[in-house]
Amino acid sequence: MPYTKRQDGRAFDETREIEAKVGVIKRADGSAYFRIGKTVAYAAVYGPRDLYPKFLQNPTEGVLRCNYNMMPFSGSGERVRPGANRRAKEISLVTEKALTPVVDLKQFPNAVVDVFIELPQTDAGSRCAGICAASMALADAGITMKDLVGAVSVGRVDDKIVVDLDYSEESYEGGPVADIPTAYIPTMDKFSLLQMDGRISKEQLTEALEMAKKACTRIVEEQRKALKAKFDIDVSNEGGDSDGQ
Amino acid sequence: MDSEARQHVIDCINTGIRLDGRKTTEYRTPIKVETGVTKNAEGSAKVTIGETEVIAGVKMMIDKPYPDKPDEGTIMVGAELLPLSNPDFELGPPGIQAIELARVVDRGIRESGAIDGKKLCIKEGEMVWIISVDICTINDAGNLFDASSLAAIAAIKDAVFPEHKDGVIDYKNLTDKKLPVSKTPLSVTVHKVGPHLIVDPTTEEEAVSDARLTVAVTEDGEICAMQKGGNEPLSTEDISNMIDLAKEKIEELRALLG
Repeated sequence: MPYTKRQDGRAFDETREIEAKVGVIKRADGSAYFRIGKTVAYAAVYGPRDLYPKFLQNPTEGVLRCNYNMMPFSGSGERVRPGANRRAKEISLVTEKALTPVVDLKQFPNAVVDVFIELPQTDAGSRCAGICAASMALADAGITMKDLVGAVSVGRVDDKIVVDLDYSEESYEGGPVADIPTAYIPTMDKFSLLQMDGRISKEQLTEALEMAKKACTRIVEEQRKALKAKFDIDVSNEGGDSDGQ
Repeated sequence: MDSEARQHVIDCINTGIRLDGRKTTEYRTPIKVETGVTKNAEGSAKVTIGETEVIAGVKMMIDKPYPDKPDEGTIMVGAELLPLSNPDFELGPPGIQAIELARVVDRGIRESGAIDGKKLCIKEGEMVWIISVDICTINDAGNLFDASSLAAIAAIKDAVFPEHKDGVIDYKNLTDKKLPVSKTPLSVTVHKVGPHLIVDPTTEEEAVSDARLTVAVTEDGEICAMQKGGNEPLSTEDISNMIDLAKEKIEELRALLG
């Protein structure tokens, strides 16, 4: 049976509802909250700060260090045992790679910027939600950035190309599924995260990536809106002509 | 903190008006307890005291009982001092601070008899409920002890059993059956700074604390757990005064739980 309608009534190119806030963790140098549907991510940025042990320091540029963690009660099944597992370590790595291209590491030689991502509630798309929260938290921390990073998963559910798969779609059994987490940097027009599992043709992949670009660009707009809201910049003038008489 | 900053925090306490303008026995405001904050947990709560914020979540599983208690389930409390919440917290397995926090919260709940282990028995000798309460810190602006114990008991009171069949849990479908909670222990930590007693310290105040006493009390006014911390010893008079103050403050917190 073809996949004709999404369970939650969304259009195929429509993400779940997004909520974005910055400055939510006062102790941190920068922080953010990002919710997409039922997936919730917090990110906190500490640094640039001294990097120890000292042999890890790089005198020519700083180090961006990311850590992804699911809270023990955040999964839909059994309790997740606290601490790093293989999955969390890999996600931490690809998160680092997704964010590094926009961060000007040259600005803080020998130092480290730590990004801690915590998930209190997950329903698929958690690494992408984490990257979105981290992108805003870095900006909130005043780290020099070339752009914000938008992240969303796209993919295939049976014969349809869809954006932002939820858990029911990831585990759809009526046909082949492909899940493709992506991160996209709008000003560079480049992807900094690309993973996939499942089955898909090259044509379908191209279509999916186009959909990812559009969705990520919209997500970056949401991120920017949240940052402006914190710093009290009037968002309604955005894009309008602001030159006076 | 450098010695001048320390002295300033102490000087403020000596005058009776703390650095943030509070009296010595005042909590920060607002104190908020919000339940059902994470949908995948069987019970959850977020507690905010001033800028301090913690989340507690309850997950349940079915397992074999301990051989010496074949008809009793168990409850265990874990705490994660997430590096997201404080620049001094590090990644890795729980350190001694997190372990102490978890054990103090655990004892308050366990020793009060809040949960009757026998009511967690599904089939004697074969199947019992194991209740895990995990505390995660979001922002540490001081007094994680009180915030965590409040979040833990609020999450436990929020929790319902999931459906299960032949020892397999269906986490997607929750029943409307609440965890059997017969007592509501709450705890307050009183700090001693010089001759003064204060509650709800900020991070700066924790750094100048000479000693602390965490007191857990049930609604009957019975003390069910205590923990002394800090380097300075306490006289019986200190202890008595600290318990009196803790009890007074616990009744204020109890009103928030409803």
